[in-house]
Amino acid sequence: MIIQHPDLGPRDSSEFVYKGDAALLFRPKRTENNDQKIFHDYLYLRNNPAGKHCELWYHEYGDRSWLVVTRDTTTHEILKVEHVTDYIKSCKAK
Amino acid sequence: MNYSGFKIFWEGLTGNKGWKKAWREPDPKKEYDVIIIGGGGHGLSTAYYLSNRFNVNNVAVLEKGWLGSGNIGKNTTIIRSNYLLPENQPFYELSLKLWENLENDTNYNSMVSQRGVLNLFHSDSQRDAFVRRGNAMILSGADANLLNENELKEMCPYLDFENARFPIKGALLQKRGGTVRHDAVAWGYARGADIKGVDIIQNCEVGGFIIKKGKCIGVETNKGIIKAKKIASCVAGSSSKLMSKAGIRLPIESHVLQAFVSEGLKPVLDNVITFGAGHFYVSQSDKGGLVFGGDIDGYNSYAQRGNLPVVEDVCEGGMAIMPMIGRARLLRMWGGDNGYVNGWFTVY
Ligand SMILES: Cc1cc2nc3c(=O)[nH]c(=O)nc-3n(C[C@H](O)[C@H](O)[C@H](O)COP(=O)(O)OP(=O)(O)OC[C@H]3O[C@@H](n4cnc5c(N)ncnc54)[C@H](O)[C@@H]3O)c2cc1C
Repeated sequence: MIIQHPDLGPRDSSEFVYKGDAALLFRPKRTENNDQKIFHDYLYLRNNPAGKHCELWYHEYGDRSWLVVTRDTTTHEILKVEHVTDYIKSCKAK
Repeated sequence: MNYSGFKIFWEGLTGNKGWKKAWREPDPKKEYDVIIIGGGGHGLSTAYYLSNRFNVNNVAVLEKGWLGSGNIGKNTTIIRSNYLLPENQPFYELSLKLWENLENDTNYNSMVSQRGVLNLFHSDSQRDAFVRRGNAMILSGADANLLNENELKEMCPYLDFENARFPIKGALLQKRGGTVRHDAVAWGYARGADIKGVDIIQNCEVGGFIIKKGKCIGVETNKGIIKAKKIASCVAGSSSKLMSKAGIRLPIESHVLQAFVSEGLKPVLDNVITFGAGHFYVSQSDKGGLVFGGDIDGYNSYAQRGNLPVVEDVCEGGMAIMPMIGRARLLRMWGGDNGYVNGWFTVY
């Protein structure tokens, strides 16, 4: 798979470390009545969709940026690549 | 119909006209006591043991493709119980005992071959870890032998003992481990369950559940609604997809694991051998091909195929312990979708 890095252009996926579902970016806030269930679900449960999946790829053997890659898990087709900061911004805007 | 040497002899003399289909192809009934979703290794063995050990015969196995079209027909055929933890080792040892008696049990030739599984170690600390593992195996009732370098050299002289980076210092051997013809496992279990009345329904995909008052009473399929008192899901890498239909999220990610077969070679490799400093495991099939594998690709996938970086990595692992395979050409490779609990523990 070739990942279109927003700054560096096309990079081979083997330069990256895969870090899983981008939903992990949205860690629940700790509160007084810290709900165990919320943290259990955040830590362990995954949607694991067959189809479009937003996921974290860390450019370890490159510029060490964190990217969010939107990829189709049934075909491996890469639909979108963006910096984590831009992804979070666009999620918050929604 | 019982399979036996005499039967083969007789059929050979009479033109092979007496063989019957190994299982029926029934239409689904309206209702069963138990429905098992997925006709792979786990689904079919569950159906087999329910009907043959526990007298639960009103059972259907619903398979979306053909029998054994999932991972059971795609794996690298290794069987073993060389694990460490008290939580999982007894489970694998029970499984190995079932494998050992599988052919008698099912009256089916699944080519169980206890050729021994060798886990290579490459350093003093790894030897210590393997001693501990071997002891844990013995405590669980399994067998384990520690081989030093010379003993291993006698068994496998072709290994690269002097490898500069990962010299081979010995191996942990489980003699009872080995290989088994993977799709014959599916066929043997299917036939054994079918004989006891289990309906095996192929080309039947479950697309949803019928849930009333919090209780699941049936499934929706492309062959209509089928009801059941109990329903088991054994769909490996598709577990999240299927269970989401019941509103259940699982602690699982689906990943692709690849397998490889070389061109046919003369007999060269008697055992199963695994690399201790990287991910590579290999055996030789009766047809002569080297059957091997390594790491998962490492990203979520339902594509049932992997990518080239892992192919390179697996082949490098092979070259590091047995450079003699360098000239063998790869004949086939494929991938299967496994379910992994986050943190990389496989549940398949
Ligand atoms: C490349 C590879 C190598 C492996 N090597 C080894 C090895 O050497 N040793 C070892 O012990 N294990 C190995 N494994 C693991 C082993 O193959 C699996 O643990 C085992 O086959 C899983 O059996 P299963 O029944 O859970 O899944 P499967 O055999 O995959 O069966 C699941 C079935 O469910 C069906 N299904 C899915 N969704 C639906 C639906 N909605 N409705 C109806 N049916 C559905 C699928 O078509 C499939 O047939 C390997 C796996 C892979 C992929």
